[in-house]
Amino acid sequence: MSEKYDLIVLGGGPAGMSSAIYGSRSRLKTLVLEAKRKTGGQPSTYHDMENYPGVPETTASELMENFRTHAEKFGTEFKKGEVKSLEVDGFEKIIKCKKGEEYRAKSVVIATGAEPRKLGIKGEEEFKGKGVSYCATCDADLFTDLDIVVVGNGNSAVEESIYLTKFVNKITMIVIHDEGVMDAEKILQEKAMENDKIEFVWNSVLEEIKGEGIVEKAVVKNIKNGEKSEIDCSGVFFFVGRVPSTDFLEGVVDLTEHGYVKTTKQMETNQPGVYAVGDVRNKVVRQVITAAGDGATAAVMAQSYIEEEEYWQNHVVNADKPALVAFWSVTDQESMDLISQLEAMELENKGYKFLKIDTYKNRLISDRYDVEEIPTLLKIKAGEVVSKLVKPEKEEIKELI
Amino acid sequence: MIELNKDNFEEEVLNFDGKVVVDFWSESCDHCMEIMPEVKKLAEEFADDFKFAKLDIKGNRRLAIGQKVLGLPSIVFYENGEKVEHLSGEDLEPEDIRKELEARA
Ligand SMILES: Cc1cc2nc3c(=O)[nH]c(=O)nc-3n(C[C@H](O)[C@H](O)[C@H](O)COP(=O)(O)OP(=O)(O)OC[C@H]3O[C@@H](n4cnc5c(N)ncnc54)[C@H](O)[C@@H]3O)c2cc1C
Repeated sequence: MSEKYDLIVLGGGPAGMSSAIYGSRSRLKTLVLEAKRKTGGQPSTYHDMENYPGVPETTASELMENFRTHAEKFGTEFKKGEVKSLEVDGFEKIIKCKKGEEYRAKSVVIATGAEPRKLGIKGEEEFKGKGVSYCATCDADLFTDLDIVVVGNGNSAVEESIYLTKFVNKITMIVIHDEGVMDAEKILQEKAMENDKIEFVWNSVLEEIKGEGIVEKAVVKNIKNGEKSEIDCSGVFFFVGRVPSTDFLEGVVDLTEHGYVKTTKQMETNQPGVYAVGDVRNKVVRQVITAAGDGATAAVMAQSYIEEEEYWQNHVVNADKPALVAFWSVTDQESMDLISQLEAMELENKGYKFLKIDTYKNRLISDRYDVEEIPTLLKIKAGEVVSKLVKPEKEEIKELI
Repeated sequence: MIELNKDNFEEEVLNFDGKVVVDFWSESCDHCMEIMPEVKKLAEEFADDFKFAKLDIKGNRRLAIGQKVLGLPSIVFYENGEKVEHLSGEDLEPEDIRKELEARA
């Protein structure tokens, strides 16, 4: 039997570790599954971290080490494993990893983030680890005093190029736009333009990477006149955006056409008890602080989900007595009246378990039993609905009992 | 494991009659440091069939590039001075190295 957790977090980046901090601090038995040897997600692949509130002097990897220490302090467990499937069986979620390990949880937070986009250029795959790289801090060292090419012109491309100039001899940035136009913020562009080690090739795209065993040449094509040229280089770094890591979630939770997980503002996916946080979900601002915020929200939601579900399981589904469940809301006087009426009937003495569900706070149970109007009264025996009364009359209730 | 550098690489690897396994590493490569103890164990286990050596690419970068090593960790297999296999990458596990050793022993 696989071990059972209250909360399993898929992915150990900032979003996932924030969920773990909140979850384990609320005494949820929490596990983080991370595919990579090292936790920290994207920030473990770059250096500067200048905009995380409250921590003016830090580096990206140091901040991530602190996230981890913080989560471990509250008892979060970390395990290495690349998640290959998630299966939702009501209150039980089953997670399987690449090497066959299996875990079970009451709630799941998807925090698998995003991975570098590959362009699929000739030579890109062949020279991976032989000159082609997607991570500056990982590989900068290897290119000390060598010439490299950078593909991309957004914030990441420019920031990472500036970082790489501390190591390499020369960088040629391949920019698809007209001269002087880049997607990066103005201040970053200026820094790059001022840097002696960075040169630009405008209106161009990388077409092919060539070499004998390692990268030796980049073939660049001018998109205006179609002319091709070759640049001698030992490395090619790609910073051309990211794609969400959600392949294993297809058909499990709702995704957008670009593969991001659809969520509510409370990080809920379409599966009860399954949440998505950080870069992997459909949102506009993708930063460490917003990832952390998402993570906190999801953990709090997961906790109340577990409480509600357990209460329901213990008092209704697995109860030895039949249950009468009244769905109500403070905004509906009729439903409040029904509650007082039922309370006066001393149902517990008549062999019933009596429960009230506030439909405003607890959508989970109301949705599960298709409660559309209130007040609604359900009679449930051994987990099965035996009768459902919508806006019941006194007589109907008496009959039911 | 023999420590390699510019001065002894040719003699120990390229001019050696037999099978050599070279672990290219660097202190800044976390994964290299992680698998190093496992590689050492493999070196003992397979000592009869292979000569094991390691090369710190710091200060030996040209040499590494000459051996087409531009990604760490890199475990390169030589037979009679010929490069016959190159395992590398972030996902490289000690078991992958073991499989290759078993196949080539
Ligand atoms: C170059 C660069 C510079 C940046 N600079 C800044 C900055 O200065 N400030 C800032 O706030 N933000 C910055 N960002 C953005 C920020 O890093 C991201 O928004 C943030 O990392 C998102 O966190 P996350 O936890 O959602 O995802 P990620 O950081 O992507 O983490 C996801 C984790 O899940 C793991 N994973 C993926 N799939 C699986 C699976 N199937 N099973 C198990 N684990 C899996 C991954 O290995 C990874 O560790 C930068 C991003 C880049 C690329």
